[in-house]
Amino acid sequence: MSTTTQHDTRRQAARRWLLLTAAAAAWAGLYAVNEVFWTWLYRDALALDITTGWPSMLHFFCYDTVKITLLLTGIIFVVTVLRSFMSVERTRALLGGKREGVGNVLAASLGVVTPFCSCSAVPAFIGFVASGIPLGVTMSFLIASPLVNEVAIALLLGLFGIGPTLLYVGAGLVVAIVAGMVIGRLRLEDQVEAFVYETRLRGEVIDSTAGLTWAERLAMGREEAASILRKIWPYLLVGIGLGAVIHGWAPADFFARYAGPDNPFAVLVAVAIGVPLYSNAAGILPLVDALYAKGMPMGTLLAFMMATVALSLPEMILLRRVLKPRLIATFAAVTALGIVTVGYLFNALL
Amino acid sequence: MHVKILGSGCANCVNLEKATRQAVNDLGLEATFEKVTDYADIAAYGIMRTPGLVVDEQVLLAGRVPTARQVKDLLAAR
Repeated sequence: MSTTTQHDTRRQAARRWLLLTAAAAAWAGLYAVNEVFWTWLYRDALALDITTGWPSMLHFFCYDTVKITLLLTGIIFVVTVLRSFMSVERTRALLGGKREGVGNVLAASLGVVTPFCSCSAVPAFIGFVASGIPLGVTMSFLIASPLVNEVAIALLLGLFGIGPTLLYVGAGLVVAIVAGMVIGRLRLEDQVEAFVYETRLRGEVIDSTAGLTWAERLAMGREEAASILRKIWPYLLVGIGLGAVIHGWAPADFFARYAGPDNPFAVLVAVAIGVPLYSNAAGILPLVDALYAKGMPMGTLLAFMMATVALSLPEMILLRRVLKPRLIATFAAVTALGIVTVGYLFNALL
Repeated sequence: MHVKILGSGCANCVNLEKATRQAVNDLGLEATFEKVTDYADIAAYGIMRTPGLVVDEQVLLAGRVPTARQVKDLLAAR
């Protein structure tokens, strides 16, 4: 390598880190002035009463949209860059030879940190099971991965703070671990399509994230943030819109009266609504935020959110390629039961 | 040269194929393309994150969509 190219790469690197720092500063600046700006615009400049009715709704909608978009962009970027040091291949290697129990705990934890999208659920399932990882351990991974994801963590952190976020992450891990162990105990190996066991893994395994440069990892972060935002913005706008309507119009104790801690069926109903509802954390959390402000208890809301993100019809249709209906039904039932338990537990404890 | 694009038909596979065709053209190579969408076949290559790129039965890339230039480097390094 000649001195000029070396000089150039070093300059490129310096420029890259400088740009990153500038972007981080711009992000922090926007986040800091967001509420101040909208309050100034609606209350001072347009002289509206932003505490009730449609001005309150509009103020909430604008403020929330900007805040959530900023949070998502920032946290997805950071998480993707960090996760580029992990891979499904490495996760599988770490899980190899682990017994049930220890394996379930490890699988659920790795489900949180491994870069993964539900479109790869089927090849990952085959890859895990065909390499001898127990069915229950594999299920712990598959349950934890969408349940405790970076979008949920980003939004919980921004909207509710660190306490409820840790609670959610902890509860999500416990649900994934226990559900995986139960599925393992039920001996449902015959409910996996036979071709999975017959799949012979050949060839060298490619580690999908090994040997990347910083430039590539940062580019991955940018692309992931952009692609997730492109994918979820309709859910996000509907969620924030519904949240804004609730924020502006629902009477303060409306949900407390009908779905408050006194209603013993609230959690069950919330999970029953959440399971078929196909959305993601981005669409659900603005709604959860507004419902919480109107007096719905945290346990019920977390259960509602978990049911929505952990269990979805499209994912089950995908999994049907490798799992027989009885195993899919068991997976859904065990997970839903875990979520209901978590909801009641939190309502009782908080 | 025989190129296989592994994936269940999501946007990533389309983009991977685009990048690969571009790279093959730029290098002036002759190649036949094949889409592999069956999960058992995909998994058999040891791939757990789609999309995957297989050239003459050798896995070159998995789990991300590369740029045409990155594919060119991979093909040249083979």
